[in-house]
Amino acid sequence: MSLLKINDLRVAIEGKEILKGINLEINPGEVHAIMGPNGSGKSTLASALAGRDNFNITHGSVQYLDEDLLDMSPEERAKKGMFLGFQYPVEIPGVSMVNFLKTALNEKRKYNNLPPISASDFLKIMREKKELVEIHSNLTNRSVNEGFSGGEKKKNEIFQMAMLEPRLAILDETDSGLDIDALKIVANGVNKLRTKDNATIVITHYQRLLDYIIPDFVHVLYKGRIVKSSGKELAMELEEKGYDWLKEEVV
Amino acid sequence: MNVEQDKILEEVTGSEYKYGFITDVDTETIPRGLNEDVIRIISAKKNEPEFLLDFRLKAYNHWQTMQMPTWPHLKIPEINYQDIIFYAAPKQKVSPASLDEVDPEILSTFAKLGIPLEEQKRLTGIAVDAVMDSISVKTTFRETLAELGIIFCSFSEAVQEHPDLIKKYMGSVVPYTDNYFAALNSAVFSDGSFCFIPKGVRCPMELSTYFRINAANTGQFERTLIIAEDDSYVSYLEGCTAPMRDENQLHAAIVEIVALENAEVKYSTVQNWYPGNKEGKGGVFNFVTKRGICKGDNSKISWTQVETGSAITWKYPSCILRGNNSVGEFYSVAVTNNHQQADTGTKMIHIGKNSKSTIISKGISAGFGQNSYRGLVKVLKNADNVRNFSQCDSLLLGDKCGAHTFPYLEVDNDSAIIEHEATTSKIGEDQIFYCNQRGIDTETAIGLIINGYAKEVLNKLPMEFAVEAQKLLQISLEGSVG
Amino acid sequence: METTNTLSELSHQLVDLFTENSELIEKESTDYMNSFRTKALEDFNKFGLPTKKQEAYRYTNLETYFKGEYFPVLSPENFSLNLTDIFKCDIPELDTYVVLVLNGFYYNKNIYHYLPEEVTITGLAQASKNQNGVFNKHYGKYADTSLDGLAALNTLFAQDGVYIHIPKGVELEKPIQIINICYSFKNLRITHRNLIVAEDNSKVNVVVCDHTLCDKSYLSNSVTEIYAGENSYIAYNKIQNENIKSTQLSNTFIHQEANSHVTSNTISLHGGLIRNNVYVTLNAPGCENNTYGLFFADDHQHIANYAEIRHMQPHCHSDQLFKGILDDEATGTFNGKIYVAKDAQKTEAYQRNNNILLSKTAKMNSKPQLEIYADDVKCSHGATMGQLDNDALFYLRTRGINEKEARHLLMYAFANEVISITNVPHLKERIIELVDKRLRGELSRCNNCTIGCT
Repeated sequence: MSLLKINDLRVAIEGKEILKGINLEINPGEVHAIMGPNGSGKSTLASALAGRDNFNITHGSVQYLDEDLLDMSPEERAKKGMFLGFQYPVEIPGVSMVNFLKTALNEKRKYNNLPPISASDFLKIMREKKELVEIHSNLTNRSVNEGFSGGEKKKNEIFQMAMLEPRLAILDETDSGLDIDALKIVANGVNKLRTKDNATIVITHYQRLLDYIIPDFVHVLYKGRIVKSSGKELAMELEEKGYDWLKEEVV
Repeated sequence: MNVEQDKILEEVTGSEYKYGFITDVDTETIPRGLNEDVIRIISAKKNEPEFLLDFRLKAYNHWQTMQMPTWPHLKIPEINYQDIIFYAAPKQKVSPASLDEVDPEILSTFAKLGIPLEEQKRLTGIAVDAVMDSISVKTTFRETLAELGIIFCSFSEAVQEHPDLIKKYMGSVVPYTDNYFAALNSAVFSDGSFCFIPKGVRCPMELSTYFRINAANTGQFERTLIIAEDDSYVSYLEGCTAPMRDENQLHAAIVEIVALENAEVKYSTVQNWYPGNKEGKGGVFNFVTKRGICKGDNSKISWTQVETGSAITWKYPSCILRGNNSVGEFYSVAVTNNHQQADTGTKMIHIGKNSKSTIISKGISAGFGQNSYRGLVKVLKNADNVRNFSQCDSLLLGDKCGAHTFPYLEVDNDSAIIEHEATTSKIGEDQIFYCNQRGIDTETAIGLIINGYAKEVLNKLPMEFAVEAQKLLQISLEGSVG
Repeated sequence: METTNTLSELSHQLVDLFTENSELIEKESTDYMNSFRTKALEDFNKFGLPTKKQEAYRYTNLETYFKGEYFPVLSPENFSLNLTDIFKCDIPELDTYVVLVLNGFYYNKNIYHYLPEEVTITGLAQASKNQNGVFNKHYGKYADTSLDGLAALNTLFAQDGVYIHIPKGVELEKPIQIINICYSFKNLRITHRNLIVAEDNSKVNVVVCDHTLCDKSYLSNSVTEIYAGENSYIAYNKIQNENIKSTQLSNTFIHQEANSHVTSNTISLHGGLIRNNVYVTLNAPGCENNTYGLFFADDHQHIANYAEIRHMQPHCHSDQLFKGILDDEATGTFNGKIYVAKDAQKTEAYQRNNNILLSKTAKMNSKPQLEIYADDVKCSHGATMGQLDNDALFYLRTRGINEKEARHLLMYAFANEVISITNVPHLKERIIELVDKRLRGELSRCNNCTIGCT
């Protein structure tokens, strides 16, 4: 059974078609990288998969764990194990990280018919996961993303991913704005969380993240279509030659 | 998402007011209407000393010369004062010696409201003065407090037992000439709480008054007076509910606080009067004058209010900062949902040198609610080195409500530093989506965000109240994003 | 006029004055202009001169200023001298179309060299007689006489002032400079009325300079209506520099259509009482409005700024910034309002008022207000009152700058935020110079005045 199967997906925003027929299949244990120049529709794809509401799906279907993904609300998708690492994580003043994560975790447990987690267990898991993703600063006593630096916000996304243990993680430009040390920490976190049952989609503009997260497949998204799919060597090629040769190829 | 949110809004705002039941108890009332005789009847029923009757009559005569204020940002239907019953009391002994003498119906009413009057049933150390309609039903822990010299009793009892204190302080912070509703209250007030903390005493438990309107067609006009002598401390709580009735009920109260040297008074309110139904029918008119004076140096008065109830709220808990180095604080969360209206805020009058004030106001509007912050910060000529910081935020849920901010800053001294900030915004769809993506449904997400938004204020409430207030906020607002 | 005490009595006297002189006042005006006086009279009878009981005038007491003895200017004076000889704008290199206005009446010897022929600059009375329909379409449409007693009073007595018309698509690069001069040998009560119409896709830059050339008392009550057509651009800079006996009541009504951009900036350098009312209506989506002000008050001056921005339609952006420095026994007031109508979603509106008090006896009142009926908005306001930052002062002094100069530097830095907004090149330098002088106390009288009244 595939984890995710996208079939000729077309998405429009305010009447303008951004994704023009995406086909993609992801199996457990795989890491897929989606690359492409700015404005090619990478973030649109990520948001559409997570269920953002101002995206109008005009055509196609998406199967997630053999169910119709497009029928589900964003929280349903999340409870079924889909995780989106945001490119720009929003700040939520006054809502503490602890309260936020505990609510999220318990919602998921409720969905899986598990009792709410005890406070001490929760803190224990939090400590473990913090270590796992090498967060040393005291992120947890602060409000969600409030006053976080760009790097802290991205690390926080990976930390949440560790807490929620998703089946399918979609990381939207998680590397943008990170220095090399932060990048390594983020990549290490992703690698450590990798199992044979889950899968990751890494969306990125640059090849450098893929030095640390080795993908099984690389797809190039251009003008709303996947124009090339190949193994990890494609990323190297893109780094060397840029995107222009592909654009020509498409034309 | 919007369609779904509208649906949630429909469902949740349709939820019933939890405290809307009516207690079946024998009530003694006087005929409707207001005139000098009515005032004499009230005074006689309470067996009041001459000076108090005089005070009432002066207030009444003054009230007759006054006009209902029109400056608030409120639409107030005309009130027919001849149609209101100004005195209603459950039939029972005025101050029962033991709980056995209290009507079991009344006991169960307060138990239902979560206010058991049996002392052994109280988990935490909170002393309660329970007021139903015009009179105080029972004050708990009186004896324990008396050992420390603290007087905590109903206002009527204080009139009988401590007339000197009443004479000295009543009307000293809110004179009957102050405003229309203060004058009305001064003429017809029925009961309320009285609290006196002697010099050097830290009150070991929270004192609280619970107000309940029960009888139909009545107005509630209670009066609270708190006196904190030098170096004393008290934390005071106030809660209130009323049955669901189709007609509007008038509540015009006065709270006066006097803080002497180094004294500190914390006054917290969780106001949950019946707000009227979804169409805006019924509900309590809550027109209240609350004011404290920091009379002595280094004294402090702190107001915290969570306003979720009432059809119309008109109140400005204020501080007169007369003492040098005195501190005034105002923390408020005000919610207007359905057709509720609120015009609320504070006044900080800086007279003493180095006096400081902080104002944190969080307004939340939903449905057709109209929510206004109105606040005055005034620095008098000789008040050197005054500091004030005000933060007044408004949150809008839905496109049919309104949020308004009317601050007045009047500064007459060049050493003052006054800062006022305000923002108005709606709950970000980004924030809700972010929570959704983490598996939190929209309703819970809004609850989380609202509580986060109001946190600065909720944190100021005593523990037990904070939990209650948090729940209340959630109930009155859950899901109301359109 | 007899000295009396209450504003309502003063209002009655003004009504009498109008009734007695209505023939004279209406004689030179068209029927159309006169038709506005009926409603104005009705409104003025109802509201009268604004009193402190009105929220908007809570901190401004007009009584003292209105009860002085003034001679009402009801017809243009026969002025034999050449006004350009008496007054010369001495801003070096400032190249503008100069429009002189004397005691509220358009100076008929104004000449505009190289003015594009489709652009009209003329007297209001003259413009009202032109039959091209522009005047009638706009006059009296924006200055709502039921909003403010002063607007009603102005409409009642209005005869002349300046009329500017920029037709569709015309971009006038050279600024138009209106110079309002008060010049007389007796105390005057002056009314002037201006109308600026910038049609769709046009652009205009207007500079207004207010001067008193004599040491008499002047009470001037002006109304300026500004219409910004679709996608038009208007910059409106006003510099007030009048003597201490003068009272200037300036009412500006700005009406904006879709995607228009209007920036107004009022710099109050000197005057006895200055009251600036700015009412802005954003009548269509996509408007941008900036309303700015800077004021300096010392002695017994009273400077009041009132700004009301009405967002009637979605997707508009407005910004208010008012800054003031007060010394001696001066009083200042800021009263600003952002109003967002029910369906004006996606509104962004900001408002800020910062003040510095330099003396124990100076007084500032600030009332920034938000009135919001739409939910998808970003609105904020802030107000501060304080002193010069002692840490900054100390820091400067440790760098060898003496205290006086350090204070001056900090005051200038405070004011600069507003000054820097001025986009007319040579005017900006001039304002910097004037502000600098003002802060050094060298401008305790209006600039260029040889009389030196106190």
